[in-house]
Amino acid sequence: MREIRFHGRGGQGAVVASEILADAAMRDGKYSQSFPTFGPERRGAPLMAFTRIDAKPVRVRSQIYEPDYVIVLDASLSQSQDVTNGLKPDGAVIMNTPLTPEKVKEAGKLPKGKIYCIDASSIAMKTIGSSIANTVVLGAFSAATREVELQSLFEAVKNRFSAAVAERNIQAMKEAYDAVKG
Amino acid sequence: MSKPYWTKENFPITPIIRNPAGSLAFKCGLWRTTTPIIDSQKCTKCGLCEVYCPDEAVHKSEKGVFEINYDYCKGCGICANECPPKAIRMVAEVEESCTSES
Amino acid sequence: MSGNRAVAEAAKLAKVNVVSAYPITPQTSIVEYLSEFVANGELAAEFVQAESEFGAMSACIGASSVGARVFTATCSQGLALMHELNYVAAGLRLPIVMAVTNRQLSQPLGMWCDHSDAMGERDSGWIQIYVESCQEAFDTVIQAFKISEDREVLLPTMVCLDGFILSHTSEPVDVPDSQIIQDFLPPYKPDSEYHTLLDVQKPLAAGGGCPPAFTMEFDYKKYEAQENAKEVIRKVDTEFGDTFGRRYGLVEAYRCEDADVILAGMGTMIGTAKEVADKLRQEKGWPVGVLKLRSYRPFPKEDVARATAGSKALAVVSRAVSYGVGAPVYSDVAAAISNSGQKPVLLNFIAGMGGRDVTQKNIAQVFEQGLKAAQTGEVQSEIEWVGLNKNLVGASP
Repeated sequence: MREIRFHGRGGQGAVVASEILADAAMRDGKYSQSFPTFGPERRGAPLMAFTRIDAKPVRVRSQIYEPDYVIVLDASLSQSQDVTNGLKPDGAVIMNTPLTPEKVKEAGKLPKGKIYCIDASSIAMKTIGSSIANTVVLGAFSAATREVELQSLFEAVKNRFSAAVAERNIQAMKEAYDAVKG
Repeated sequence: MSKPYWTKENFPITPIIRNPAGSLAFKCGLWRTTTPIIDSQKCTKCGLCEVYCPDEAVHKSEKGVFEINYDYCKGCGICANECPPKAIRMVAEVEESCTSES
Repeated sequence: MSGNRAVAEAAKLAKVNVVSAYPITPQTSIVEYLSEFVANGELAAEFVQAESEFGAMSACIGASSVGARVFTATCSQGLALMHELNYVAAGLRLPIVMAVTNRQLSQPLGMWCDHSDAMGERDSGWIQIYVESCQEAFDTVIQAFKISEDREVLLPTMVCLDGFILSHTSEPVDVPDSQIIQDFLPPYKPDSEYHTLLDVQKPLAAGGGCPPAFTMEFDYKKYEAQENAKEVIRKVDTEFGDTFGRRYGLVEAYRCEDADVILAGMGTMIGTAKEVADKLRQEKGWPVGVLKLRSYRPFPKEDVARATAGSKALAVVSRAVSYGVGAPVYSDVAAAISNSGQKPVLLNFIAGMGGRDVTQKNIAQVFEQGLKAAQTGEVQSEIEWVGLNKNLVGASP
């Protein structure tokens, strides 16, 4: 089983990202589960969303304490939170940032885990027309970890958004898939 | 990790907040992702921004100029939307983070 | 889809005639989906806006009394507000189905999961089924209509799903073909000679004052109906399994046959417990099992006694407190096996109050204490609150 934790701010689409990832995993022929941190939320508030992926039905329903992967949609969160808390020793972080993994490590904000970087906000702005980078980061996640097929992510996105919006997201995800550094 | 709100010594019988502070105690300006800037040249002093602000974060100063209290302004943009001469513009909040090269 | 969506889809495919509900977190999206289905024509039903949950249940009682298939949803304060009407609905023998997204009752005020809301209704006569997954939530709503509408039952059913943990969690849900569901669950056809059915062609009076000469006998009939419900739940579940390939039972005894220690509980914690039981068996060789109490009312006494007869320790985990005596599920389990010949040692646990996460570590702790009790034949403490913050309350660690 793989446990993935998303970090974002309210309004950045972390919850939608966790659901799209779960949907895509299902299309890969796996079982999945996704849920957000529960409670009142507001735009800008830090929140977490979770996805579990497994070859058999997911029975655990407690929160994720030791993720295999951490996806950070807003790099500024790593200033105020320990986004890698509980990350498994051989786990990885996929972060939305224009910096390279080396620069991120130098900044000293992420003490552990392998780091993958993708400037998802820029790609989103350019290709989708908004800075909501949630789907873009999923494209990078697919390339970095191979835990989900890019094609399945496309199908999940088409299932979620209108045709025109989905198409732009798919374009952006393809770019992220190729551009991820790690 | 921040100091625990309660300890065993002062844990009440039910969730009672003994020194409640109003919204003044919470500087929610930190929540902003976009910031309003008033162009005093364009401002006609109509006061609609103050009327519409849901947080009472815009006030007329002693000098008669409308000023935003950035400690409490959440950046909702209603003032900019309502301003008749469009004297208020919303700019992206600049933050020091892993997104900058600084 | 989320648990809430699954419940709404099931009510839609059950072709309910009337929905009357009032929003309350975390049930809200059930009502939103249903009103959307009615508005866009996917569901040909009457959506009755209520001014409160009391109003909602009143409308449900009225609608069910004229032969409509009725659905509603609520939890927490909303369920409590319906309290007196819950007894009316059960007493009038109306087959209303209600989804309850289990949430704590104030005070303290919170929106998070525990079973205290439904516990307050456990004596009302409503059937209560606690589900473990979004799929089971869907399947159980469909089953619930068939169970409630059975002539031998005619009691309303509460389908309980953990608030947020299931209501707001998305999982794969297989939604069967509408026609197959309709074949499994034909329309509700009450009989004017038997049911509480208001019909202008056949005027009658129901729900008026009843003298002491008869009340106890009417109560007895309700009691019989709950006893009948055990067999009906089994029957409906078997038929559901034959039709759709999924069956759940009154209880699920997971790896209990050769277990020395069994954990009994309800709701989503059971899923986590099964995972932990597998890990402990594999990694430590501990002989542990999990008993899921799916039907809480009627309480499956015989199934519990049978599943636990061979075990040495039975750890009952309640997600609610019965202040003054301990924990409700524990009391019911203890009573169920009190006259059994071979009995395990009973351990009493409370967990997950106010949405406190029931973690794999917590479950392992429960199994570990059970194992100690199995070995010594004794329990360490009368009751244990798993996951309690001992830095704030309780005896110093």
